[in-house]
Amino acid sequence: MLKILFHRLLMSVPLVVVVTLLTFVLNSLAPGDMAMTILGADGTREQYEALRIELGLDKPLMLQYLSWLGQALQGDLGVSHFTKESVSSLLNPRLGVSVFIMVGVLVVCLSLGLVLGVASALKGGWVGRAIDAFSLVGLIFPSFWLALVLISVFAVTLRWLPATGYVFFSESPKDWALSLVLPIFSVAMYSITSIAKQTRDAMNDVMGRDFIRALRACGLPERSVIWKHALRNAALPVVTVLGLVMIGAISGTVFVERVFVLPGMGSLAVSAALNKDILLLQGVTLYFTLMTVAINLMVDLSYGWLNPKVRLS
Amino acid sequence: MNATPLLQVKDLRVDFAQGKGKVFQALKGVSLNIHPGETVGLVGESGSGKTTVGRVILGLTEATSGQVIFDEEDITQASRARRRDLGRDIQVVFQDPYGSLNPARTVGDTLAEPLLGDKSLSPTDIQQRISEVLQRVGMPTDTAQRYPGQFSGGQRQRIAIARAVIAKPRLIVCDEPVSALDLSVQAQVLNLLKELQESMGLAMLFISHDLTVVRHVSHRTVVLYRGGIVEQGDAAQVHEHPQHPYTRALLAAAPVPDPLIQRERRTQFEQARQALAAAT
Amino acid sequence: MSALAYNPPSFIRRLLGRPLAVLALLWLLLLFVLSVSAPLCAPIDPLEQDLLALKQLPSAEHWLGTDALGRDVFSRMVHGVSITIAGVIEAVVVASLLGLSLGVSAGYFGGMWDRCVQQYVSLVQSLPTMLIMLAVLAVFGQAMLPAMVTLGVMGSAGVSRVLRSVTLAVREELYIAAARISGLSDAQIIVRHVLPRIAGPVIVQMSLFAAIAVIVQTGISFLGLGVAPPAPTWGSMIFEASASLNDFPWLLVPSGGVVALTVLSFGLLGDSLRDTSTESWSRPAVRQGVKARLAVKPQDLPEGVLLSMRDVSIVTSSGQTQRTLVKGVNFDLKQGETLGIVGESGSGKTLTSLSLMGLLPPGVHVSAGTAVIQGEVIDLSNEKRLTQLRGATVGMIFQEPMAALDPCFTIGHQLAEVIRLHGLRAAQVQAKVIELLEQVKIPNPQDVAQRYPHQISGGMAQRVGIARALASEPKILLADEPTTALDVTVQAEILALLRSLSQSRQMAVVLVTHDWGVVADICDRAMVLRHGQVLESATVVDLFHRPQHPYTQALLAANPHSAQPGEVLPTVDDKLMDITGAAA
Repeated sequence: MLKILFHRLLMSVPLVVVVTLLTFVLNSLAPGDMAMTILGADGTREQYEALRIELGLDKPLMLQYLSWLGQALQGDLGVSHFTKESVSSLLNPRLGVSVFIMVGVLVVCLSLGLVLGVASALKGGWVGRAIDAFSLVGLIFPSFWLALVLISVFAVTLRWLPATGYVFFSESPKDWALSLVLPIFSVAMYSITSIAKQTRDAMNDVMGRDFIRALRACGLPERSVIWKHALRNAALPVVTVLGLVMIGAISGTVFVERVFVLPGMGSLAVSAALNKDILLLQGVTLYFTLMTVAINLMVDLSYGWLNPKVRLS
Repeated sequence: MNATPLLQVKDLRVDFAQGKGKVFQALKGVSLNIHPGETVGLVGESGSGKTTVGRVILGLTEATSGQVIFDEEDITQASRARRRDLGRDIQVVFQDPYGSLNPARTVGDTLAEPLLGDKSLSPTDIQQRISEVLQRVGMPTDTAQRYPGQFSGGQRQRIAIARAVIAKPRLIVCDEPVSALDLSVQAQVLNLLKELQESMGLAMLFISHDLTVVRHVSHRTVVLYRGGIVEQGDAAQVHEHPQHPYTRALLAAAPVPDPLIQRERRTQFEQARQALAAAT
Repeated sequence: MSALAYNPPSFIRRLLGRPLAVLALLWLLLLFVLSVSAPLCAPIDPLEQDLLALKQLPSAEHWLGTDALGRDVFSRMVHGVSITIAGVIEAVVVASLLGLSLGVSAGYFGGMWDRCVQQYVSLVQSLPTMLIMLAVLAVFGQAMLPAMVTLGVMGSAGVSRVLRSVTLAVREELYIAAARISGLSDAQIIVRHVLPRIAGPVIVQMSLFAAIAVIVQTGISFLGLGVAPPAPTWGSMIFEASASLNDFPWLLVPSGGVVALTVLSFGLLGDSLRDTSTESWSRPAVRQGVKARLAVKPQDLPEGVLLSMRDVSIVTSSGQTQRTLVKGVNFDLKQGETLGIVGESGSGKTLTSLSLMGLLPPGVHVSAGTAVIQGEVIDLSNEKRLTQLRGATVGMIFQEPMAALDPCFTIGHQLAEVIRLHGLRAAQVQAKVIELLEQVKIPNPQDVAQRYPHQISGGMAQRVGIARALASEPKILLADEPTTALDVTVQAEILALLRSLSQSRQMAVVLVTHDWGVVADICDRAMVLRHGQVLESATVVDLFHRPQHPYTQALLAANPHSAQPGEVLPTVDDKLMDITGAAA
């Protein structure tokens, strides 16, 4: 298992480098640069040039990136030119919100997705079709639209849950939980569907295999055949999809945080893009990429634990 | 029979890398010859390396060391271009009649493939040859327009044989050609192979796990065990007077379709198995 | 020799036979028409604000109502189509072309290039899509094209993965090897064999990716990026709906609805394409629950008969037609006796044995037949009773020994599971596991019990299968071609094992096989099956030495193992002609 850990960490280094380099290069291509944005319309040419040298914008692109990288490794992600605060101080308080949403999505889509998928695989007929119809909702509507519908029903009409805003855990655990329910479900709808579909396909495939027939022939009770043997084998392809689904959920949080006005990293990313705040966007990208690395690592470890062929080689 | 062999395999070694530095020795130095017009039967069980020998000759697997000499030309490291030309001289019949024909292409399309490289043939010539060869293997003339899915296993194997002989090769590698067929059909295919060999003067390498089947079609037999040859010689000789303990065990293990005789043979097998265990 | 006269209807016709696919195609066609003729279909100016008609529900004048600024919703929707369609086309084209070239080349050529592509794909799939899109949009804020091209590049990773695995599957096929041997170049092989197989999956992937592209594109315009305001887009309509959520939620319906319908259409199209290209010809049969006739009374049976099968008939239903696979099979079996069921492929021999376990494949069921086991009469369509008999009364071993074991659990665990069905305490279970493994003559049983199925050989896996079947101490053992997949030396050992176990435990064994040598070796009696009917049933000595039925005689004669070396082998057709004097 340690080998898996080491291998994934090794593979993650190029990922972090590529992602941050990509956003860096793209941002540098933006028309008008940081210096211009800071000075505004009424700066003089000399002030502009001086500011460029001060910000290091006159050096070649690669050097700028490497100096950013060097500082980032020491924990310094630079200063947002827009708000004049350090990037890390802007991001750190927002990290929790995004992580809570992601964890919530993981729990919800695993539990609901697996159950729905197994039920859909085993009970054809109308149960299967009802589940298919329900799953369809998550697939065809954008997450932000679903968020709006959920707000309209649960917040505006029924007033059970808050429409927007976030309550920190330290202030009120109950309100904290309530403020996360709708956002998590908005993001999770798509994930639940993907997991349910993948589980169903995997279950159908496994149930057709020889050893299922052999286990039944031994007189093993059906519940053991399904929940112990079939599900265990079906879990393997589901786990590989889970990683992709969670990475997709990151994109979902960007929208959902906007709609629910949550102080997370996703909403910050959008503002940073709109304001062309390069360093801030770099920082957000880095944090999200690290989150992706963690997700991939968990997927690898789970797969290794579930699959004896991988575990023993 | 000619003195010069058509195909010579000299001290062939094939290793397969298995990750983490481990190596599996599929062939540990195999040498055999096939003369024109001769059928050599290659017998072995799983892990013996018999399929690997065929694959190296066909150019599908690389040899780690050793030589394959065809018609006095060393083809062990032949280039892709050379292999393409060799396709007219060395052909193959595979075990699986269902996987060896593309189900999405007509039989005619598939049969035309070995002839595509021959620029001297016009499309009409190719059609002519296809009809001829289909008749030769006993299939109706409209076969060429149909799809493989419309034929049974035995019929598909005939089509595969037709593909193998259409370019008039000199050597055919048959890799377990009847193992996947029903018993009632095996005899037909074996007869066909024998008849084609005699009329076309083909050399054949007949690979199988079944000694009795090999006995019927081969002039000489080579017995392979775990990557090495344990016995070779005239087919009748090997079958009736086996020398090596493994060959004896193999012969003794194969059940004979006669209950009274089989009952006696069981004790023979026990003895042969113990002798083999002692020898290896 | 007749070939099946069987020409399936063309792909397009089958696709159009699916109502959902047709609906999806119609909707997409409609969108396409609207995208090029928006002003014609929605004459009201989408930007025109009618301040006297704010937030109106649908009416004759405004088909989908008006928004907060009095603009006609229907018109805005129609004018937004072209932007969506353009964006989707851009993304799909990039994703497909890139995915196709990467996937096919990686799958076909393998080696270093394949490894590089896989690393690349892995990396791209780990990218947080929206963040990259945001970075691109930060540069090209008001243009959709760069963003959609970027989406296409990122999506190509998933597409190439699917296409790579299809290409790999094709490359492994024997006919590719045959083509290579016949002298075809790589280019020829790819064009002739790979591309036709790829066409289906490519279109499916394009469809499914188009669905994703619609959602992403809507999201971008929802954020106010990608399109210069105030041009109407579906995403901006959703944004406007969010602003009026409190008092006018209706706006959500048309804005979300049109996106959903489009995504649904692409998705349905993709699924239909996939199903059409892989569908088989028989629809799953409806179970008919026919009550089997009681054909025998227990007291009519001879002494010592453990198992008796009477009038067993098995059918498969496809739509209206029913096909009979097994008809009127009868046999009796005594304790300690081994009965062989011999036949070729399609003779129904395996189905006969599966019917006793109630394990027939889907679509196949018993239409008539009873089994009498130790005096109890059992209707073979009574699955519940048959399920109860599994294990303790009737055990079974199968043809592919490795596939019969669950790859995720150790050998010992799987044996223990079955043993525990009989209420043994934990300490006793472990001992019983070792004891069973010893009984099937596995060396080092403690070591083997810790291993996983992929760590043992085929012969050992079959011994484990036998051990597991024996764990419940069955009185009857069904063996479905148990040695067909094994080497002949291993086969001899397994047969010897079965013989000794059957004698020591006085187990009745039903052995299904196509190999006459196996029948001669291990069976006391045998019956010959052809096309689902019993042709002949006798003791083994009688069957081999005095066969009655012409088919049996022909099969025995056609066996290469019985023939004289050097002579032309007699074939079945020849022999049937000799014996019956007429064409077979």
